[in-house]
Amino acid sequence: MAERFAVNRLPGFTTIAILAFLALYIPIITLVFFSFNAGKTVMDFNGFSLQWYAVAWNNTAVQEAAWRSVVIAFWATVIATTVATMAALGTTRRRAFKGQTAVYVAINQPLMVPEIVTAVALLIVFAWVKVQTGYQGLGYLILAHAAFCIPFAYLPIRARLEGLDLSLETAAADLYATPWRTFRRVTLPLLAPGIVAGAMLAFITSLDDVVITEFVKSAGQDTLPTYMLGQLRRGVTPEVNAISTLLLGLTVVILTAFFLLTRERR
Amino acid sequence: MSNEVTISARNVVKAFGQGDAVVRALDDVSVDIRKGEFFTLLGPSGCGKTTLLRLIAGFEMPTGGTILLDGTDITTLPPNRRPVNTVFQSYALFPHLTVAQNVAFGLEMLGRPSSEVKARTAKMLALVKLEALAGRRTSQLSGGQQQRVALARALAPAPKVLLLDEPLSALDLKLRQAMQIELKRLQLETGITFVFVTHDQEEALTMSDRIAVMSAGKIQQVGSAREIYIHPRNRFVASFIGETNFLTGMGEADGVLLGTGERVPAPGLGAKGPVTVSVRPEQLRLGLPGQGLKGTVRSLVYFGTDTHCHLGLSDGTEIVARLQSPASGDAGLTEGQEVGISFAEGGVQRVED
Amino acid sequence: MSPAEEAALRQSDRNGWLLVLPALIVLALAAILPLLVMLVYSFLTPGDFGNVEWQFSWDGWVSILFQRDIFDGTLGLADAHLTIFWRSIWLSVVTTALAFVVGFPTAWFIATRPPAQRPIWLFLVTIPFWTNLLIRTFAILEVIRSEGLINTALIKTGMISEPIQMLYTDGAVLAGMAYVYLPLMVLPLYAAIDRFDMRMLEAAYDLYASRWLALRRVILPIVSPGIVAGSILVFVPSLGAYVTPRVLGGGKNMMIGNFIELQFGQGRNWPLGASLSMTLLVIVTVALLFYVRAANRGTQTHG
Ligand SMILES: Nc1ncnc2c1ncn2[C@@H]1O[C@H](COP(=O)(O)OP(=O)(O)OP(=O)(O)O)[C@@H](O)[C@H]1O
Ligand SMILES: [Mg+2]
Repeated sequence: MAERFAVNRLPGFTTIAILAFLALYIPIITLVFFSFNAGKTVMDFNGFSLQWYAVAWNNTAVQEAAWRSVVIAFWATVIATTVATMAALGTTRRRAFKGQTAVYVAINQPLMVPEIVTAVALLIVFAWVKVQTGYQGLGYLILAHAAFCIPFAYLPIRARLEGLDLSLETAAADLYATPWRTFRRVTLPLLAPGIVAGAMLAFITSLDDVVITEFVKSAGQDTLPTYMLGQLRRGVTPEVNAISTLLLGLTVVILTAFFLLTRERR
Repeated sequence: MSNEVTISARNVVKAFGQGDAVVRALDDVSVDIRKGEFFTLLGPSGCGKTTLLRLIAGFEMPTGGTILLDGTDITTLPPNRRPVNTVFQSYALFPHLTVAQNVAFGLEMLGRPSSEVKARTAKMLALVKLEALAGRRTSQLSGGQQQRVALARALAPAPKVLLLDEPLSALDLKLRQAMQIELKRLQLETGITFVFVTHDQEEALTMSDRIAVMSAGKIQQVGSAREIYIHPRNRFVASFIGETNFLTGMGEADGVLLGTGERVPAPGLGAKGPVTVSVRPEQLRLGLPGQGLKGTVRSLVYFGTDTHCHLGLSDGTEIVARLQSPASGDAGLTEGQEVGISFAEGGVQRVED
Repeated sequence: MSPAEEAALRQSDRNGWLLVLPALIVLALAAILPLLVMLVYSFLTPGDFGNVEWQFSWDGWVSILFQRDIFDGTLGLADAHLTIFWRSIWLSVVTTALAFVVGFPTAWFIATRPPAQRPIWLFLVTIPFWTNLLIRTFAILEVIRSEGLINTALIKTGMISEPIQMLYTDGAVLAGMAYVYLPLMVLPLYAAIDRFDMRMLEAAYDLYASRWLALRRVILPIVSPGIVAGSILVFVPSLGAYVTPRVLGGGKNMMIGNFIELQFGQGRNWPLGASLSMTLLVIVTVALLFYVRAANRGTQTHG
């Protein structure tokens, strides 16, 4: 029997697509695979071992960098998600106020400006502030991360808000709820999945950042990514592969949760 | 029901939009709604029914005019401070709360003690026969059940006025008829003033104590179902409620002189100049030629209990008579037959244009 | 409008502003104002040990394209700089083209899967998208370095005896950038193809179009907003790339991003770094404006 003429099939496309998926995953799988290598390089595969994880785990520099990454990501997420939630409430479901377009541009600015540009601009400003105030702490990194996490937190929250039935809040007001209690008892619970989703994206984004951190950090303020970048001078170590694999695992877990969360009520 | 006024709208205007795109959703509306009555706003889509309801609830502010509740001005009072509750067309049930929590919401917001909230919630659920579903999420309910939750929730705080915006429109016919009876029962049991919006005239006629017929942002007529049906004030009301025939001619003391030179009797009409009268199809009587107006049967449409007879007058005007179908089903008329048309007593009503 | 209505609207506007204010403050402090400060710095004189002297100078801008001869002080074209610009631009263009050639069939493939399967394929594209850029670059490094996957495979199978030097070449940077930015091409293309009405293809074939003509004359024009979006999304970060050229290109095969960094490190020329950054920002802004215009046109004709 002759094959049916499939309208949407284009010659070679499937092959390229399959190759593309292989190309996307083979390097990642290689990296994961060799993080379990007992030997030092791909060349000498000496069997399965967790030794590089142990090495990373016992390395105080890694421990500190990991902890610093988490602290920065946590505070950046808290700040970004809070202000993004407020901004989403301010820019949806009301008459567009004067300058709203400018606000959108400002919120999405971190997505549009090349990271390296923001990074050196922050380097310049924070170098000056550090001299003026003498403060050298993590505050600079947290502030910088919070700023570029805002659009990632804002977008899912805004999407959730726009899908919210406005009449629910009207109904709450009708049932004697003050604006604040309407927010607490109706809007916020219904918005929660969007906020959690936004927070997750913000957290991943902060955890992954290399460029801005590299330029903003003071001496001894390495995060995991900048630590790994720094290790590169000594060639690729399987230890770095092990850290990468752990970060990768964390990303996959958060992303899976994110998808389950945003798909749930569709 | 008394003659005491609960809601009073005075010269209310509501305009949406700006500049050239202004829509006058309400155009100088004045109406008094009495305590304890079942009051219906009836009119075609877009005539401003929802807008009037939202103004009473406080979700919108009028562009002009005032709204009084029991004599006090509530025009700018926010909705959470008005003793008025709404049953929304989409029900607007809180999806994150259970049936019971939905019903209790208003009472909690009013700060009632929890024992009272509990008791009253249980009572309301019993009133709408939903005790068994108290712990369910509202998304797991059927349309009819959601409707009842919405009702119980709005009734729980015992508002002075209950506003219902086409609450039955999402239900299928059977359920809608059952809920019509249910609503009427609830209104009588609670004694609360109901302001009910619909564009279904049958629903309006069967349920309401009084009806306000609206069109294009204006109230055309307010009255009981009977008043509105029998004495429609103008062409719009006459044709929107039921079916009717319009005849135009010159007014006389006791009738109307048609263009055909024939006279339609209307005792006490007492008008001069051009007038329009409305005659319901069931108020027409057919007889032998020569008795009354001269008419020709154009077509007959059998409707079961009734037969509609389309008649042409001698100047070509078409009017419809509704005749009761005899047992044999044959009205004894044939197309092209000449007949005489007369009018039941009081069946000719003058209407404004 | 009645005074009460107006007051309510004004109140709503004021609440809107108050709610966006905290976000604006954070963004102003750490994203917007620093750009303005950088603009100022680009007009200052470099300090001896980095940083700047507060003295006006055009040199930061002039030295983007020209260099002063050390002996006679005349201005000549700065060839080294031009080479870096040129490399950045052509690497970004080729990266974009490569991502399109691979990304379009991939997006098409996903969009033509049964609806139940699509989220899974999309998820497979999304994971690399959200995975740390550095990790993905390391992954490529593992594949192409001398002791990496490819060389190992070739040596073990006896096809070569000495590892091929792939790392620290323009090819490596190109492969790396195409790899890390591929998801940015696939996702908008998928969105555009997903909206594409397959009945239009039936109509095209009904009117005697070949597969190739159908692709060129029907599919590509209709999904062109997605192509523009994907291309910009790949081109913009490629042009500003820093990590990938640093890891895969080594010290020699610099792109603008690395060149900017150099000015703040060994180069000790902050004004030049600042003016280079501003230049990059302007190029990117122009590309984005182009994108916004194309996207608007797209929604007008197809939306
Ligand atoms: N928020 C608004 N903005 C602009 N115009 C509006 C708004 N609300 C209502 N209108 C307009 O006001 C008019 C009356 O609307 P309203 O909703 O009161 O009609 P309705 O009688 O309830 O109609 P329906 O039977 O379709 O529900 C319509 O022309 C409508 O387009
Ligand atoms: Mg309505």
